[in-house]
Amino acid sequence: MADHELEPRLQSMPLLNRRELMAGAAGLVLVSVARPAQARPALAEALRAFSGGAEIRPGKVTFEIPPLVENGNAVGVTITVDRPMSASDHVRRIAMFNEKNPQADVAVFQLGPRAGRAKVQTRIRLADSQMVVAVAELSDGSFWSSEAKVFVTLAACVEDLS
Amino acid sequence: MTRTMISAPETARAGDVVEIKAMIAHPMETGYRVDATGKPIPRNIINRFECTYDGEVVFAADLHPAISANPFIAFSTIATRSGPISFTWTDDEGKTETASVEIQVE
Repeated sequence: MADHELEPRLQSMPLLNRRELMAGAAGLVLVSVARPAQARPALAEALRAFSGGAEIRPGKVTFEIPPLVENGNAVGVTITVDRPMSASDHVRRIAMFNEKNPQADVAVFQLGPRAGRAKVQTRIRLADSQMVVAVAELSDGSFWSSEAKVFVTLAACVEDLS
Repeated sequence: MTRTMISAPETARAGDVVEIKAMIAHPMETGYRVDATGKPIPRNIINRFECTYDGEVVFAADLHPAISANPFIAFSTIATRSGPISFTWTDDEGKTETASVEIQVE
């Protein structure tokens, strides 16, 4: 199956037309001032909550995310974990967390031996240039991670509806 | 009726790892935006996605507002036997949307 099979159809959807983009850009300053400061857990706290306090070591996780993105509304990410996905050695969960969005959580994916391959792709929103972390929980209870610094030119969450 | 799109192979050999791509048309309203009059727009996102195949949930996801509008998720599963691969999306209002594709396993 071609990787790009869904892509043209996705892009043809009226997600962000030029007018909305312009409105979003115009609303940048206003909205960022108007938005009240939200209390959110720091990245490290969110990671600790996910692992239940267990140590998260760097490694085993491949986190593909563009280092520079023009549009923070849809940033394609691919997370791969180097595991055989057998009954005795597989990935239980893959999670993503961010440093500066209004909320630290992005998504938690539940996998198992029937996944066959520990690879997940999705599209995320980034409200600012920041660190993004992917964490995998393995069947032996260990946690592994990979982090990436992403620079965002046009942030998400600032589109103006007018 | 919300539009969903699934990409999965129609046939596979038993034991093959097949890639599945699932997307649903949904605004994934974050709850952090305001409308033209300055009124906050209530949050409404797809918060849960599940894929069921051959009697078991083979993949699931808990989603947060940081997932883009029209959430797209690609993952894989091992082809075990012929039958439906089913998908369920649930949003904050408790509404669910389902989709299903048939796979022929030889």
